[in-house]
Amino acid sequence: MTTQVLNTPPEKAPVGRVRAGLLDPKLMLTSLPDAFRKLNPATLWRNPVMLIVEIGALFTTYLAIKDPSFFSWSIVVWLWLTVLFANLAEAVAEGRGKAQAATLRRTKRDTLARRLRGWKPGGSTPRDAAVDVVGGPDLKQGDYVIVEAGELIPGDGDVVEGIATVDESAITGESAPVIRESGGDRSAVTGGTKVLSDHIVVKITQRPGESFIDRMIALVEGANRQKTPNEIALNILLAAMTIIFLLVTVTLQPLAIYAKAQNPGVPDSLAITADGVTGVVLVSLLVCLIPTTIGALLSAIGIAGMDRLVQRNVLAMSGRAVEAAGDVNTLLLDKTGTITLGNRQASEFIPVQGVFAADLAEAAQLSSLADETPEGRSIVVYSKEQYGLREREMIVGDTGEPTAEPVQLHFVPFSATTRMSGVDTPDRQIRKGAAAAVMRWVRENGGDTGNVGTLVDGISASGGTPLVVAELPQGGTARTLGVIHLKDVVKAGMRERFEEMRRMGIRTVMITGDNPMTAKAIAEEAGVDDFLAEATPEDKMALIKKEQEGGRLVAMTGDGTNDAPALAQADVGVAMNTGTSAAKEAGNMVDLDSNPTKLIEIVQIGKQLLITRGALTTFSIANDIAKYFAIIPAMFAVVYPGLDALNIMRLASPQSAILSAVIFNAAIIVGLIPLALRGVRYVPKSASKLLSRNISVYGIGGIIAPFIGIKLIDLVIQFLPGMS
Amino acid sequence: MNPTLAGILFIGSLVLALALVYRPFGGYMYRVYTGTGHLAPEKFIYRLIGVKADSEQRWGTYVRSILAFSLVSVLLLYGLQRLQDKLLFNLGFDPVVDHVAWNTAISFVTNTNWQAYSGESTMGYLVQMAGLAVQNFVSAAVGMSVAIALVRGFARSKTDLLGNFWVDLVRGTVRILLPIAFVGALVLVAGGLIQNFNGIQTVATLAGGEQSITGGPVASQEVIKELGTNGGGFYNANSAHPFENTTSWTNWFEIFLILVIPFTLTRTFGLMVKDKRQGYAILAVMATLAIASVTLVNLAEISHNGTVPQAVGAATEGKEVRFGVSNSATFGAATTLTSTGAVNSFHDSYTALGGGMLMFNMMLGEVAPGGVGAGLYGMLILAVIAVFVAGLMVGRTPEYLGKRIGAREIKFAALYFLVTPALVLIGTAAAMASPEQRASMLNTGPHGFSEVLYAFTSAANNNGSAFAGITVNTPWYDTALGLAMVFGRFLPIIFVLALAGSLAAQQPVPVSAGTLPTYRPQFVGLVVGVTVILVALTYLPALALGPLAEGIR
Repeated sequence: MTTQVLNTPPEKAPVGRVRAGLLDPKLMLTSLPDAFRKLNPATLWRNPVMLIVEIGALFTTYLAIKDPSFFSWSIVVWLWLTVLFANLAEAVAEGRGKAQAATLRRTKRDTLARRLRGWKPGGSTPRDAAVDVVGGPDLKQGDYVIVEAGELIPGDGDVVEGIATVDESAITGESAPVIRESGGDRSAVTGGTKVLSDHIVVKITQRPGESFIDRMIALVEGANRQKTPNEIALNILLAAMTIIFLLVTVTLQPLAIYAKAQNPGVPDSLAITADGVTGVVLVSLLVCLIPTTIGALLSAIGIAGMDRLVQRNVLAMSGRAVEAAGDVNTLLLDKTGTITLGNRQASEFIPVQGVFAADLAEAAQLSSLADETPEGRSIVVYSKEQYGLREREMIVGDTGEPTAEPVQLHFVPFSATTRMSGVDTPDRQIRKGAAAAVMRWVRENGGDTGNVGTLVDGISASGGTPLVVAELPQGGTARTLGVIHLKDVVKAGMRERFEEMRRMGIRTVMITGDNPMTAKAIAEEAGVDDFLAEATPEDKMALIKKEQEGGRLVAMTGDGTNDAPALAQADVGVAMNTGTSAAKEAGNMVDLDSNPTKLIEIVQIGKQLLITRGALTTFSIANDIAKYFAIIPAMFAVVYPGLDALNIMRLASPQSAILSAVIFNAAIIVGLIPLALRGVRYVPKSASKLLSRNISVYGIGGIIAPFIGIKLIDLVIQFLPGMS
Repeated sequence: MNPTLAGILFIGSLVLALALVYRPFGGYMYRVYTGTGHLAPEKFIYRLIGVKADSEQRWGTYVRSILAFSLVSVLLLYGLQRLQDKLLFNLGFDPVVDHVAWNTAISFVTNTNWQAYSGESTMGYLVQMAGLAVQNFVSAAVGMSVAIALVRGFARSKTDLLGNFWVDLVRGTVRILLPIAFVGALVLVAGGLIQNFNGIQTVATLAGGEQSITGGPVASQEVIKELGTNGGGFYNANSAHPFENTTSWTNWFEIFLILVIPFTLTRTFGLMVKDKRQGYAILAVMATLAIASVTLVNLAEISHNGTVPQAVGAATEGKEVRFGVSNSATFGAATTLTSTGAVNSFHDSYTALGGGMLMFNMMLGEVAPGGVGAGLYGMLILAVIAVFVAGLMVGRTPEYLGKRIGAREIKFAALYFLVTPALVLIGTAAAMASPEQRASMLNTGPHGFSEVLYAFTSAANNNGSAFAGITVNTPWYDTALGLAMVFGRFLPIIFVLALAGSLAAQQPVPVSAGTLPTYRPQFVGLVVGVTVILVALTYLPALALGPLAEGIR
């Protein structure tokens, strides 16, 4: 069968990600139309605080038209700006997601697929099977398609036959191709990625129109954004405060009328007349008091939190999952790849009595030169680093000069039956391998194993893997040289990260298939709080349930199909993008980089999200104090001169005081957009220390900042007409 | 003795006495509410009212029990007053006017004890003893039971049961209030308070005139009036009357009675949630606010701003000379910091800022230390709100005592917090909007307004003290203030118990280094800050037009 290449992907550079960080001023500008569109009350009703501001703005507009003055029009303009700024914050946050979605959309084009007709796995050679060429969107769950080199994979699914390298840069931004093969935990492929070599048969697992990329686009765009539990709770509190301040301002009117009536000599002012406080000023007071700052930024904070995850190549399926990440009490971390480097490495050469360490190192290195396993490479590297033995010097040719080619060496490869490997040189044989096997070889060749048994036991007890090295000189008897200590190497910096976790109150549990002794040793070295050895998927599930029964929230990563139930059970389940589709379906986040260590970052982003919300709420409430000091004397000092003592900012006039407060209230929203999008700085610390810091910055700072801000604005605007 | 030194000694010895009883008495109340046995008289009562004492109630049933009990209490009390002339021991008084009777019935059942009447010339012995005094006991026990139910909500997990209201009510009355009241009454009699059934006696005054003086079981009424933070006096002059409060040391003892249960309940709370430090933290919040308030009221009164006080040398107007300025100020602070509302001086005559401070005490929601029970649950609600706002700043879903403060919890806490400001502000605005109601004011200007603001603040917060001056026994005020008392008492109770129900159902979150510790000075400062700021933000405009306008020069 001849195949022509379907669906050649467009020529393009790997997808660039929209970077986090400081606010792009261009984005502010491009989001403006959206900000205006959001003025529609039907959109705004989801945000009661800003809806009230909009109603107030409408009302004052009416008042200003009826009874125009420079002062009232200034207030009107700034009230509208307040709503607009709030919309802008949300639009900018969404805009970043939209930019992200646009780059994803470019990769999502309608593809054609070669659907196999009547083919079943294990059946005939797929290339010989009958095919229908159909559009990608027409594929259903359970269809089998064949994808050739150079083609785009038409939909999400699992490889059921074949092995291929796949370019997944469209999704992950990572240009290095990855291997996808049938069976095992590397079988999932994503629609829109490109097969680079070979051909594979994919069983489609997605429903039409619900591909991973579709979901990704919806997520980063925030199309179906639901309010998270904590956001709902915060909204309730904000609504309650809005009601209180609404009551405060509305019930102020009869009090003001009475106060004015008690002082008949006082002329009417822009703030207070015989009919009480003027509408424009009353609305100004209300808008300044209700928590507009947090009300304006609340949804932007949530969107930006999701966005920060996307920047780190993590897709959260819901905001709820991000929030839960902040609450996590227990982290389950797989040992291999997360805590330790993937493979065991040589960490020590222990010679038996009477052998120099250097000789052992030399023999070990020589025997490992052809050993391409990571363990073998690590022995070569270790002897080079520790004993200064370089590969070339080892291989001494007939001339006595080092040569590049090991001409006289005959390497004996590792086999499962001998359980050892080695090298034969003209003058000796060297063997290294499992202790029992090598020791038997020594005894068979007339040698004595000496104290090597003790050394082996010692290494095993410490959780390492011993490799015994022995030699058999030409015509002599064999002797053991010593033991290589192979151990799991804990990734650099893990201990510190776990230390951080502990300070944050998070317990780390290492999951490993190793025996308890090995597991314990590695757990101690890495500094995790606990470990689960010889772990089966059932054990993992049981551990999660046990933790959850104690009221703890559990986060874990997983990639295999057998991880899926645990991923679904965990409060935060991060599936690796390289994993099976079952795992990706079960988790509530997908890490496109497939880096299990990222769980720690995810937790920090979750915390940062909650902290940002709390900090801006505190700031918003604390701001009100200064606004009272501006507005109360401005309203009532004409009636009760004693109240002028409250004008501690010495604002120029009642009009300038009220306008300054309104301007500050609006401007602070724009000023805080970058903080809302970036999130407040988060350093892993105990709750108590975090609170102290954030209270002093956002609580005390929130009390002081508006005093300064309002005064500065007043210094400028007092020169405007109508301000005295 | 130097009056300042005397004032400090007075306050210092009060603090010392409270500290001495704190642990034993707190532990005793803990055992009362958590014990399983029943005393013989209790068993008798349970049989009488048909209660299964060993079964517990869900929050909804607990609420309904309280509402039913209170409704029956109101009807009984109303009936007693209206039928007074047909019953025994009426001292010949007429039936109480309908709007006053309704107001009084509400007032005593809600633990407010707002008095729109003159005790000695309106209420006969039967109403005083079988009506008002009974409510002084049981309304206090209701408050305590609600607080205990809330604490159970924190202490329990994965249950929908909050205890049995009838058991809590009976135990609070029989084991806590009655024994202390008995001993306390003896102490007060020793202090010179009267306890007789001598009726109305006519005596010749020094000036040669004639005066009718009503005798009665004053000491026994007085003790529960203070102990249950009720405040409804036998006499119109309340604790300023020499038969209710004879000397400086009975004054001291009465303040002690006012404060002892509200403060000590924090110990019971700490024991019940199995973490005494939590109790100390709440105590510290209450104490910080109370000491600041007592100090400020004392300073305002002693520094005596104002023309007349300055001429006289002290703010002595409206204060009894046998107590002096400082002891009156301290009593005034104590009575408004709790929901007592007893007075030993005329709050209308306080300096503007001193009187404003008394209002502020009530506006805090009476949480420092507040009414019996009501203070503790009010303070715990504020702690929940503080934890919610600040708790987010530690990067976790806020939690208090291991319970998450989610949407449901913050909804009830926010509703609780909304009730009293809404009642105070709407009530005050309604009164000020009507020329007819404004006519009740004695004074003009900001001081006149303060009288109205004080009345609604006192009623909605179930305090019961009056700024006086204002004429409140009109049908409008009796009705409006009565409504403020009913809603100000029972709406918060419903929200508190709903919150308790939702907390009790939760699975507790284990404590870790990531949990906000709620027992350190940091947390105490936080709750104090949140309380003062929230209350200031709510009431500042109103206070500005009243005490601040009058007091700032």
